[in-house]
Amino acid sequence: MPLSISLTVNGDRHDVPLEDARATLLDVLRERIGLTGTKKGCDRGQCGACTVLVDGRRVNSCLSLAMSMDGADVTTIEGLAQGEDLHPVQAAFIEHDGFQCGYCTPGQIMSAVGLIAEGEAGDDPERIREGMSGNLCRCAAYPGITAAVIDAQRRMAEAEDERKRA
Amino acid sequence: MNLFDYVRPASLSEAIAAGSKPGAAYLAGGTNLLDLMKAGVAHPGKVVDITRLPGLDRIETLSDGSTRIGAMVRNSDLARDPSFAASFPAVAEALLSGASAQLRNAATVGGNLMQRTRCPYFYDPNSACNRRESGAGCDAIGGETHSHAVLGWTETCIATHPSDFCVPLAALDAVVEMEGPDGTRDVPLADFHMLPDETSPGGADLKPGEIITALRLPAEAAAFAGNSRYLKLRERTSYAFALVSAAAMLRMDGDTIAEAHIALGAVAAKPWRASAAEELLNGATPDAETFARAAEAALDGARPSGDNAHKIDLAKRVLTRALTQAAAGTPDRMPALPASVFASVNGASAHA
Repeated sequence: MPLSISLTVNGDRHDVPLEDARATLLDVLRERIGLTGTKKGCDRGQCGACTVLVDGRRVNSCLSLAMSMDGADVTTIEGLAQGEDLHPVQAAFIEHDGFQCGYCTPGQIMSAVGLIAEGEAGDDPERIREGMSGNLCRCAAYPGITAAVIDAQRRMAEAEDERKRA
Repeated sequence: MNLFDYVRPASLSEAIAAGSKPGAAYLAGGTNLLDLMKAGVAHPGKVVDITRLPGLDRIETLSDGSTRIGAMVRNSDLARDPSFAASFPAVAEALLSGASAQLRNAATVGGNLMQRTRCPYFYDPNSACNRRESGAGCDAIGGETHSHAVLGWTETCIATHPSDFCVPLAALDAVVEMEGPDGTRDVPLADFHMLPDETSPGGADLKPGEIITALRLPAEAAAFAGNSRYLKLRERTSYAFALVSAAAMLRMDGDTIAEAHIALGAVAAKPWRASAAEELLNGATPDAETFARAAEAALDGARPSGDNAHKIDLAKRVLTRALTQAAAGTPDRMPALPASVFASVNGASAHA
């Protein structure tokens, strides 16, 4: 089998030849496609900094073998904003001080987008904290992160209601 | 990570042919295998990607009423399947108490059964470990042992099996379906993970080339749905392996326990079915004294493998509380903190 994969990343198709099979999805995103918003923290699935959406679901890209992701539809932090308009979760993180140093933030935001899409946590802070427990923040911005997720979730639900009424 | 060949077979028979070669490893979600490869603990010469094999991702009810779960079903999909969660709530709760949402989205049913111990000496290639290298010795003995086994261990290995999922499965008489070069084979989950003995460190009962294809829960297992809990003590509230855990399932007949199914997690190299405790509860009234006696029976024969005598007491308390919670009834909604000791008995938020 030739070592080459095809990924759709933030809507754009990338055909990526690989030198060997060891690359993870995280390596390919950062080193081959040049999208460095996704962060390499622990590289062992323990911190969540590398969280991206694969086919709409949040996963740790550091533990996803790139070859196994062939054909996947990937969304990274770079794919959330619409031009200058931030995604509601991005805007809410700024508004609620959901970060300090910012290193974990892309992973936190992608995880929050995934959590809201799962639709299980609603606006219950305890369910949100539990649902976000795969993302560590060494600056301990957790209160702001929780508030941001609650707010973004509410705004997205309202926007959806408005869209349905229109 | 070592260099390896990567293959993605199109059929189960092709996968088994590739996976039967020495040095081959099957890749599913990869959440454990890639971690082990990065740590230098696993170094397969060939990685056989089985994620796209057809027919392994279904949850189905068979004609005999049993539930069959394909090996490639993701942990999150199984836990959130409404019909499955309603029939086997303690299994869903155990799944949701394990790892993180990201890992549960990737990790598979078969991979959960195949995950290796989290013993830090197993994970450190510079330490002696009989599981990594037969006959090498065990550096865990006399080392940092606060989370190691208190049941079923020998001087060969004192590691525990880390799975949450497998604990209620063992209690519910789940069966593992496998296929390999010599055909298909069923093994009760309770026998799938083998304990260490004087010479062997134990491990999964899987022959070279064999693939777990499915997991089966008997029809009778759904009879416990009304009184089923999983309780997991960990060193932080979420996203941590169990220090000790317990699955408690009761089939009630009025105010009497008609039948109890119990297993403990993180106390041994396998999910620990507590048959003596079950017998003691069958026909009994669910009260604190009875549960305490059952917990004593469940830990009968337990002995510390190092600085972990506390786990024996903790396991008794966790089982007693799990039984109390099970008797109170399965919560209508999955608790905000699944399996948490910080949740109230009915699963309502403790500190929202």
